[in-house]
Amino acid sequence: MFSLEGITTATQDWLLIKFNPTIALAIECVIVILLSITLFAFLGLVLVLMERKVAARIQIRLGPNRVGPGGIFQTAADTLKLIMKEGLIPDNADKFLFNLAPFVVMMVAMLLLAPIAFAKNFQIWDINIGVLYISAISSLSVIGILMAGWASNNKYSLLGAMRSGAQIVSYELSAGFAVLTIVVLTGSLQISEIVAAQENGWWLFKGHIPVIIAFVLYIIAVTAETNRAPFDLAEAESELTAGFHTEYSGMKFALFFLAEYINIFIVCAIGATLFLGGWMPLHIGHWESFNHIMDYIPSSIWFMGKTFFLIFLIMWFRWTFPRLRVDQLLNLEWKYLLPISLFNLLLVTVIAIMGWHF
Amino acid sequence: MTNEEIKEYISSHAPSAIYDETGEWLNITIEATEWKKLAATIKEEPFQMDFLFCLTCIDWKTHLTMVYHLTSTILRHQLVIKANLNIDLPEINTVSNVWRTAEFHEREVFEMFGIQFLNHPDLRKLILEDDFKGYPLRKDFEDPINMIKL
Amino acid sequence: MYNQTEVIKDTTELGPEGELVINMGPQHPATHGVLHLVVTLNGETIKKIEPHLGYIHRSIEKMCESLTYRQFIYVTSRMDYLSSHINNTACALLVEKGMQIEVPERAQYIRVILNELTRIASHELWLGAMAMDLGAFTPFFYAFREREMITDIMEDTCGARLTMNYIVPGGVMYDIHPEFQTKVKAFIKQFKEKVTEYEDLVTNNIIFQSRTKGVGVLSREDAISFGCTGPVARASGVSCDIRKIAPYDVYNKVEFDEVIETAGDSFARYMVRIKEMNQSIRIIEQLIDSIPEGEFVGKTKNVLKLPKGEFYQRVETARGEFGVYIVSEGGTTPHRIKFRSPGFSNLSALSHMAEGSKIGDLMATMGTLDLVIPDIDR
Repeated sequence: MFSLEGITTATQDWLLIKFNPTIALAIECVIVILLSITLFAFLGLVLVLMERKVAARIQIRLGPNRVGPGGIFQTAADTLKLIMKEGLIPDNADKFLFNLAPFVVMMVAMLLLAPIAFAKNFQIWDINIGVLYISAISSLSVIGILMAGWASNNKYSLLGAMRSGAQIVSYELSAGFAVLTIVVLTGSLQISEIVAAQENGWWLFKGHIPVIIAFVLYIIAVTAETNRAPFDLAEAESELTAGFHTEYSGMKFALFFLAEYINIFIVCAIGATLFLGGWMPLHIGHWESFNHIMDYIPSSIWFMGKTFFLIFLIMWFRWTFPRLRVDQLLNLEWKYLLPISLFNLLLVTVIAIMGWHF
Repeated sequence: MTNEEIKEYISSHAPSAIYDETGEWLNITIEATEWKKLAATIKEEPFQMDFLFCLTCIDWKTHLTMVYHLTSTILRHQLVIKANLNIDLPEINTVSNVWRTAEFHEREVFEMFGIQFLNHPDLRKLILEDDFKGYPLRKDFEDPINMIKL
Repeated sequence: MYNQTEVIKDTTELGPEGELVINMGPQHPATHGVLHLVVTLNGETIKKIEPHLGYIHRSIEKMCESLTYRQFIYVTSRMDYLSSHINNTACALLVEKGMQIEVPERAQYIRVILNELTRIASHELWLGAMAMDLGAFTPFFYAFREREMITDIMEDTCGARLTMNYIVPGGVMYDIHPEFQTKVKAFIKQFKEKVTEYEDLVTNNIIFQSRTKGVGVLSREDAISFGCTGPVARASGVSCDIRKIAPYDVYNKVEFDEVIETAGDSFARYMVRIKEMNQSIRIIEQLIDSIPEGEFVGKTKNVLKLPKGEFYQRVETARGEFGVYIVSEGGTTPHRIKFRSPGFSNLSALSHMAEGSKIGDLMATMGTLDLVIPDIDR
């Protein structure tokens, strides 16, 4: 069947024939860079429109449906508008940090694209510490947010940035523990091995109770990490401030906006990889015929389907729940989620040692 | 409590009271100086007038009249108390220590009519701008730009 | 207007930590109208709130001194625009009381049905706006779906969707249109199906409950002392429904409960309004099928003159007790008119309620107070 792996192998073979290995490598790097930037932009477009349509349907209205058939060019129109806006820099703002902050956030999002396995053998960089790399790099986004809040010279932005920073740092712990659950079960940090281990069934079904708990914790933690409702106090529109990106306008604001949606995509992709099998089709144990049928659907479709299902779940949360107050938010993490995740880790270790999983 | 009982009680506390029963409720007109003591009294037994629901002022060109509408949430009777004030130096004691709703109401009457409320915790303009001159709701208020005389 | 950190009035002493004075409004996304609050913060805790009013002051009381008794009724629609029928009813009742005008029964029934519909519409908008303050964007659209049905009924009856100039001294201006009863019954049916949606989405939501329970507590004595009326007072245990204390029109003929809660916090105020909506449906159901035939307006002279004296009329609007006080010298225009607006007294309790709580709680408290600023500024 159609597979992206075929395209990559064919391209690589053709390049090796034409050029010597070093130049072929360099050309491949350039291709990968261009592809990831394109993916970025495309994903941003699709996700923003998806958010608006999902929001509209939940709120019994239609959403954008004028620009293009069914409104598919709406985000392109919005991006065009944002590019043409004046990029104001406030008076006493720290110019260097102010300009740097959106790029830091974007860089973090792009770096995280590397270890994700989009399809079978279609990964930019399969390092042996894949999961650790992801946890480490995602922590760097706090720096960008704090930079933005500080450099704006606006006490409301600083307030929002501090709240956001505290929130992200706290919820990283729970997310990390949830991810560790899967690492314990697999025995490896490498993404390709984790996906391969799910060949006879996704971890969500094989690992039963502790993995289900870990999945729920993971979803809550990443909703908080990406500053989405109900944890979006830092950018709450109807409270005092508009958060750390108050003073940004024009293209820089577009970068923040885009980076937020890419972050959602990335954390959902990681969730799909760890808990739902990544690009692995739905296999049930050793039912050969069923597995064979499932294999007909290309792995990239499986991956995208799972990721977008998780993205839809996160968007659903935003339009259903009211916002948590900041002390309730931190309360939730430190008093409830963290003890539960610690206990869960213990439980999954026992289960892994005893072999009580499928 | 019946009107007779009320009249008796009030007369014992505020001897200069004048009664007027033509309207819907009993109207009592007292001297401005007696208001402070009377307010504290009628909040307690036996009237228990704990709810002040309207506080306003009327400009009669020769004098000003403060009007207080009171009711009791326990006994469910209503009372109207009025006090006539001198138009050149209108002042009366505040009742914001008895009914806290009077804080805002008296500020509004102060800015609209110019009545000084003695011992008010925070008497300044509420609705008008801070540098507004004049007392708008008085009958002799002139504003050539905004008021059209037909 | 003001710089962000400028102290507006030197009535706050800056503490040793340096307190922050910030402005909320007058233009604010949690829009309740043009309310300007100067909030003194110590970290996240509120130390003092000072409302600055007057952004929409139109000197209505002075203006009414030159309007006749047929004209002044409709400025009250512009004051509390969400309870326009109820405010108009207050003025009409006062003129009828003063001039001893007889109101036919048909008009009374129509007035009460429209009043209750207005009350439901007002509470729907409050529900949507309050949920949006707290971050739940969806209930706004659900609430407006019901409110649209009511505004459609109003448009068919009076021709207007917000400021309905329909009630005149003596009754109503025109007769109701023939589809009125069917439309109201269709609305009741839809409302009863959909009101469970609010239960599921908002009331039973644990996040919403933890944001409103125990927040902005107003004790019973404070509620009475501050002169709070309406759902704010009823949530603190004060029984103050004018429809029960001093019934007007046909309120003495219908059966309904006065909803009282005792907790005094924001959740209690929320529950009072939700239950009041159900009670209003109950009232409408009792009246809609039995509107008597007859005249829709009583006999009045063309030029109305109130006799010399003073008159006061109280009604129960969606926000609380609305009072109209007219001092008449016998002419065609009032000598002095005073509107006792419910929002004015409810707002004076805000500073007391919100002291010592956090900014997030201020949003919940203000949302449940249900302030409409043109009502306060007049």
